[in-house]
This record gives sequence, structure tokens and C-alpha cells, in this order.
Amino acid sequence: MNWNKIFALSLRHLYLIKGSFPRILDLIYWPTIQIFLWGFISKFFTLNSSFYENTVGIILSAAILYDFLFRSSISYNMMFLEEIWSRNFTNLFIAPIRISEIITALTFTAILRTLIGLVPAALLAIPFFGVSIFKIGTPLIFLLVALYIFGVTLGLLVTAGLLRFGPSFENIAWASLFFLAPLGCIYYPIEILPSWLQSVAKFLPLVHIFEEMRNILIYDMINYFQILKAIFISFLYFILGVAVFYLSYSGAKNRGTLINMGE
Amino acid sequence: MRVEVKNIYKKFNTLVAVNNISFIIEKNKTMGLLGPNGCGKTTSIGMLLGLITPTSGQIFIDGIKLEPKNRIRLLSLMNFASPYIELPKKLTVKQNLEVYARLYGVRKIQSRTCEMIEDLNLQSFINKKTGELSSGQKNRVALAKSLINKPKLLFLDEPTASLDPDIGDFVRKYIENYKKNNELTILLASHNMKEVERLCDEIIMMKRGEIVDRGTCNDLIKKHGRENLEDTFLKIARSSNELE
Repeated sequence: MNWNKIFALSLRHLYLIKGSFPRILDLIYWPTIQIFLWGFISKFFTLNSSFYENTVGIILSAAILYDFLFRSSISYNMMFLEEIWSRNFTNLFIAPIRISEIITALTFTAILRTLIGLVPAALLAIPFFGVSIFKIGTPLIFLLVALYIFGVTLGLLVTAGLLRFGPSFENIAWASLFFLAPLGCIYYPIEILPSWLQSVAKFLPLVHIFEEMRNILIYDMINYFQILKAIFISFLYFILGVAVFYLSYSGAKNRGTLINMGE
Repeated sequence: MRVEVKNIYKKFNTLVAVNNISFIIEKNKTMGLLGPNGCGKTTSIGMLLGLITPTSGQIFIDGIKLEPKNRIRLLSLMNFASPYIELPKKLTVKQNLEVYARLYGVRKIQSRTCEMIEDLNLQSFINKKTGELSSGQKNRVALAKSLINKPKLLFLDEPTASLDPDIGDFVRKYIENYKKNNELTILLASHNMKEVERLCDEIIMMKRGEIVDRGTCNDLIKKHGRENLEDTFLKIARSSNELE
């Protein structure tokens, strides 16, 4: 790994963010809207549901965590799409940079984009709804790690699809997370799902992450085994994502799509 | 750098894009790659850049086989410029050059960037976003990027396409001078025959994925009994199945 090259690639995206105020605004705007929307829904449930009656902001906390996942995945995809949109693809792939370095650079830069968007929104939730995600405490870090690894994995899988199928795969990039959301049990306990679907859902780290979040907020219980399990599952998917990305890269070289990929 | 291409063949599904071609570019020479659209020039350059995997055949650069384990080592000594690919539009010229200097592991980034800015007259638009530049300006920036790592092997795909005669001449002159003062092997794909005559030591003519002729400009013109390279190109391109 050459960290200078990783930094160079990150710098390309940092310059992009730095040079455009609308871009920064766009990063912040959607998470903020999301937080306000779920904040009001959360407030309504808090007042009207016995399940949530003593636990303010479970839904809002889930919304913040889900948005973290969503933003990390989308950030990853966006940075790759930027290369396609700017027709910089060929320049990037003829530069002496390893695929692992590209993946690392995108992974690190995605966290920055994600935090730019989410931190202001999470902070706004405190005065407006009296909900602080930080109340989860230390386990929050581990939950975020698990979510981030999984988010980046989804980003990797989508970028692998972009390499394989070209820019037409872009729509999948936007749809990928919505596809998994119902199975992730983000806003409801896993018991809501039909039993056969519960077995499928348990293969996703999301179920373990959001179940644990509810455990902490409702019962004030921390099950580190559950959190580690979520990180482990996320990591397995990440390895799978990396493998798929390499396969797609190799396929793109065979099909010659790296030389003329553009908008 | 010496480039040796041995029997490379590339098939995309049922289409044979490059059919078993072999050639050598001697160190510090400029080879022209000519042929009608769709004859396999871009695919050949793609394979030489490691962007396309040949179905069969081998490429050696300075005796080192172009394969995944040597990819980084070889790519750091090569570069490519083409009007058909672009640098990130939202970054300024200076930012783009800095990013690519870092990606290519250039040691004195500041001084190398300044050198390129000065040599290619980029001063007046160095802080402008690359997407806001004219074709001529973009072209010079692309050339600056392609030389930022002082490559030993440079691939140029129609470097003066869509440029006005003045800027086209500037670019050609710059490449000529740069080559005089630096160790550089060039593979130039172009449809501008005057440019090819001016810059190339040797030419390869491709048609339907195959090499149909090769030699120096004068040799080819003489061989085909034509007045200039343009007429020679037309004769070869329009002939039915003429192979070398």
C-alpha cells in the first residue's frame, strides 16, 4: 500500500467537496430532512405507542444510524460515479495505483463525506427533538463501525456493477439500499418478519445492529457479542465485496470497458 | 523504453478487434499507428496501457512482460494523453496536476508542476476549473498531465484533434522539443498525416485489426507510388484486402 497515492486519490475528492458549496449543502441537506421527518414521526410514536412510551427517540436513533449506512454507501458510489461522469476513468486506471489503493482511498474518503452530512443532522436532533444518538455511549462506535463496513461493502458491490455493466448500472446504486431496508429491521423488531424471512434477515448485519441499538435504548443492556457478530458479518460481506470488485475489474479489462467508460 | 508486441490478438465476443499483430518500437523512437476508424488502434493502445487484457499474445516493455505483477512498475514509467478522456472537470488545473503528480509518485511535486505550467503556457488559467477551459487549453493540460511523471513511454491518441492550426503547431513543436531533450519513446495514433510525417520515425498501418503495412513515411509513400502520406493512407484504407 502506498499511502501517498491513497492520499492523492482522496485529495481529488476533497478538492471536489471544498470547491463547491452546493455540494457541501447537498451532503448536509438530505440527512437533515431525514432527521426532521423521522423526528416528528418518532415524537408521534413516543406519545402514542406503549412500546416506545418510555424510550424517546428510538425511531429517530434508528433513522440516524440508517442514514449513516445510506450515506456511507452512497458516498462510496458517488466518488466512483464522479470518475465516470468526468470521463476520468481511463486516467485513473492507467495511473500506477493498485486496485487495493483505490478501494482504500474511496473507503477513507467516504467516511468524511458521510460525516459532513450526518454530524450536523445528528447534532440538530438534540435541541429539536431531545434525542442524542450519543446516548448509546461507547457501543455506538462499534455499531457505526459495523454499519460503515457494510455501507462500504454495498458501495463496493455497486461500483463492481458499474465496472461490469457501465454507467447504466447507476440506478441500481440508488436503489440498492432500499432493497435491503425491509430485511434490515431498522424500525421494527425482527419478530415482525415472517419466520422464514427472519432466518434470511439474520444473515444481514443490519438486523443485529438495530436489534442491539433497541436493546441498549429500551432495556439499557449491552450485548457486545451481538455487536461483534454484526462487525464480523459486515466484514465477511466486505471481503466478498472486494472479491466481486476484483472480478469485475478483471472482466472490464477483458471487455475493454475501462478505456471508454464515460457519461 | 523499447516496446515489443508479440502476436497480440483480441476478440470481443465474436468481433476480432486486433488480429495477431507484432511490432517493435525501438527506444526513443516515435511510432505512428495509423488506420481507419475501428481498425483496432485504440484497442491496441488499451492493451499496451494494461487497460485491456489481450486474448492471446505478449507485450514486453524494456524486456519486462506487461502483466498484473509488473503493472505498477511499468505504469509509473508510462503515460497517455487523448482528447477523448478528460481530467476531473470540477478541479482546477493546478489541483489536477498536483493530484496526478502524487498518483505518479513525483518527488518534487511543486517544482515539476511549475515546470509543466511554464513549459506549456498554462499560467493564465492555472486556477480555472478544468471543465471551463477551451479545447486548446484542455489539450495542453492533458499533455502536461501526461508528462508530469517524465514518462519514458508516452501514448498519444490524436493529440491535436479539434485544435486550431496555431495550437496544433504549438503542441507538435512542444512534443518535438521535449523528445529532443528527454528519453522518450512515443506511440502516436493520429489521423493527421502531416503530424505523423513530422513526428514519426516509423509507421504501422492497421486495417480490420491487422497490420497491413509498415515502414518509414518515405518508404511507404515510395512503395505505394504516392505523393504524400495522406494519399498513401487513402490507398491502403480503400484497398480491399492488402496485407503486408
